[in-house]
Amino acid sequence: MRTFALILCLLFVSRAARAEDWRQFRGNDSSGVGAGENLPTKLDDPQTLKWKAELPGRGLSGPVVVGNRIFLTASSGYRDDRLHVLCFSTETGEPLWDRQFKATGRTVCHESMCMATPQACSDGERIYAYYSCNDVICLDLDGQLIWYRGLGHDFPNASSSLGMSSSPVVSDGALVLQLDTDSESFATGLDALTGATLWKHDREKSAIHASPTLYHPSGGNAAEVILQSKKSLQAIEPRTGKIKWEVEQPCGSVASSTIAGDLVVAPLRELTVLRPSESAPVPEVVWSDSKLSPDTPTPVAYEDRVYVLKDSILSCADLATGKPEWQMRLKCKQAYASPLAGNGHLYLADENGVLQTIELGGEKGKIASRLELGETIMCTPALAGEAFYVRSDKHLWKFAAPN
Amino acid sequence: MHWHPIVILSCVLTLLCARPGWIGAAEMDESIQALMDVGAQGKGHEQAASALRDLSQQPATALLPLLHGMDRANPIASNWLRGAFELIADRELKSGRLAVQPELEAFTLDRSHSAESRQLAFDWLLKIDPDAADRLVPGMIDDPSAEFRRASVQRLLDEALRAHDAKNVAGCKTLYAEAFNAALDPDQLDLAFDKLVELGEAPDLKRQLGLLNRWWLIAPFDHRGGIGFDAAYAPESEIDLQKKYAGTEGEVAWVEKTSDERHAILDLNNLLGRHKGAVAYAYCEFDSERDQPAEIRLGTPNGWKLWINDQPMFAHEEYHQSSRLDQYRTPVRLKAGKNRILLKICQNEQTQDWAQRWEFQLRICDESGKAILPVGAPSSDAEKVSQR
Repeated sequence: MRTFALILCLLFVSRAARAEDWRQFRGNDSSGVGAGENLPTKLDDPQTLKWKAELPGRGLSGPVVVGNRIFLTASSGYRDDRLHVLCFSTETGEPLWDRQFKATGRTVCHESMCMATPQACSDGERIYAYYSCNDVICLDLDGQLIWYRGLGHDFPNASSSLGMSSSPVVSDGALVLQLDTDSESFATGLDALTGATLWKHDREKSAIHASPTLYHPSGGNAAEVILQSKKSLQAIEPRTGKIKWEVEQPCGSVASSTIAGDLVVAPLRELTVLRPSESAPVPEVVWSDSKLSPDTPTPVAYEDRVYVLKDSILSCADLATGKPEWQMRLKCKQAYASPLAGNGHLYLADENGVLQTIELGGEKGKIASRLELGETIMCTPALAGEAFYVRSDKHLWKFAAPN
Repeated sequence: MHWHPIVILSCVLTLLCARPGWIGAAEMDESIQALMDVGAQGKGHEQAASALRDLSQQPATALLPLLHGMDRANPIASNWLRGAFELIADRELKSGRLAVQPELEAFTLDRSHSAESRQLAFDWLLKIDPDAADRLVPGMIDDPSAEFRRASVQRLLDEALRAHDAKNVAGCKTLYAEAFNAALDPDQLDLAFDKLVELGEAPDLKRQLGLLNRWWLIAPFDHRGGIGFDAAYAPESEIDLQKKYAGTEGEVAWVEKTSDERHAILDLNNLLGRHKGAVAYAYCEFDSERDQPAEIRLGTPNGWKLWINDQPMFAHEEYHQSSRLDQYRTPVRLKAGKNRILLKICQNEQTQDWAQRWEFQLRICDESGKAILPVGAPSSDAEKVSQR
């Protein structure tokens, strides 16, 4: 048994996320922060655009980067039932492979969305692609199918006519998915190697579009997955589904929680900063503020400050106290993309395809660059290694600082 | 399992030129069966994963057996087979060894195969031979596969547009009528319908979509506080169109209503009065020519339940998230003769402007979207136009 546990540990820990990877929605640690020290900050400098690659379908899902490969989901066809998993070279943007599958669940959604709305995730060895029709596909990095589940086929009532957008996370050998709709809701953990169901929790019937958030407690304890619902915020063990702690407050249904070190910044009734602790059954509330409650984009915490983008207003507050620091009105349309941070800047993308970087560190934010791509962007980009990746309706783009 | 002679020949050739990792026909048969045995809830994953590893090492000769497997596979298993097919086909294409063009073309054209397997064969045929689309698609105008039919109809619509630009009114009208008669997808039907109306014709869009336009309705029953979705009111235990029942606001009776709306939307606010926290029932009878599989395709922004011949088929409770044609697809079995269709439509108590619709639209078609018409349905005007 001990040997088995050791093998499991080696299997899942030996591929600990590398800083140059971006393995899930808002990054390896669900912080939305890129570690690169030379991330591009002048996106309007033509030399920063390294390449753009054409896409065979739509998607609101962001890029996943593992080593020198980028993985992306897309969907196509009149019925939007062709599900793609795509792989590109980070160096050249060359398409390496495209695997297509056929949706087994409902492919109806709001016209702005599509089946490839949730973002894929990776444990460094496999890609886990999840779609609005509740199909789940596991492939190795070379495109070999490992397993396929049709959760829409298994649970046909767990569907939303608006579409599903919650992006899964993978941790401790378990893929954690949240399928919360008005008609049937559940969270489930699937064995990452086989696709078998490890656990399934029925949840309150209410549509939640937010994503599970990976949280690494201080002291090196095993990662937890934070789930939002209209009833509470829960932290669970990914492998067992066991609830570690719970805050009984209704959560926002679209923006997700974000992580800042050992703090959880959660959209409860108000934006609330929590400090979970092994010794306390309920996390300490550090502060909360209704004025900072997010809409669609998930807030990001960076260098002791928290940033919230609501409509075209960017607000900055002190992470430790919640004290407002500054606000700025941006020239942009509604953003579906969550802001990211790195190299002293925020990275923003709006629906009209306007990219902006905001220089931080001073008394106010300052627009460092603004670039109109001319294509719709509804995904959250990636900051992997020293590059900024974003997907529009038609292309995948790579930006990096000029050599 | 019966294989096509080409498949058997391919397997024999494979054996003769076998490389390490290649397996014989019997083992391939077993591996494919392991993928076909995958079911719901992760059933059969362990055996299938092992089989998938074996199959992925096979040469291009494994492709046709995989396609044949898809013909008989459930939707989940079909994707496992597809995963093996795509991996092999991609590898062989990149190494210049995907020399199965005639086989893929023959498979594509053979309508006895499933729409899924034929489409996959065609997708990969196009990677080898991009001109195959021009060669094959025009002949797919009556294809049972919705995707093939759609591509073929699109060519007619494009041709009709060119005829219109060339002021060829008669040709244009014929082409749009052909497209209207062949199309399965609502967007193509809508386009052809509008063009035919502009050209002075009066095609029957509701008929072509298989929309049911005449219903018996009764309401309101109580759904205040959300109680009505699970409450079984009288129409769930008996259908007597002459009878009256106790409703939320007094006695209620069945009334027969039709819709003038293009896609046969029955607007209950308009037809029965504006109610919130209310349940309505809709009933009709459908005379099926024979015992046959069918899809009930429903659009509604409200919570709903569906019964066919008194048997519950599906129920879904969500409100005001959207409403559209073909929003919900429920597979059913129609019996020969009269079929009783009962629908429950629940309106909640949200007060926002965007949460006031109380309506439904319903059509009956086959899996591809082709309308299933009741016995005695008249032929359409568009059919007459295209036959001129």
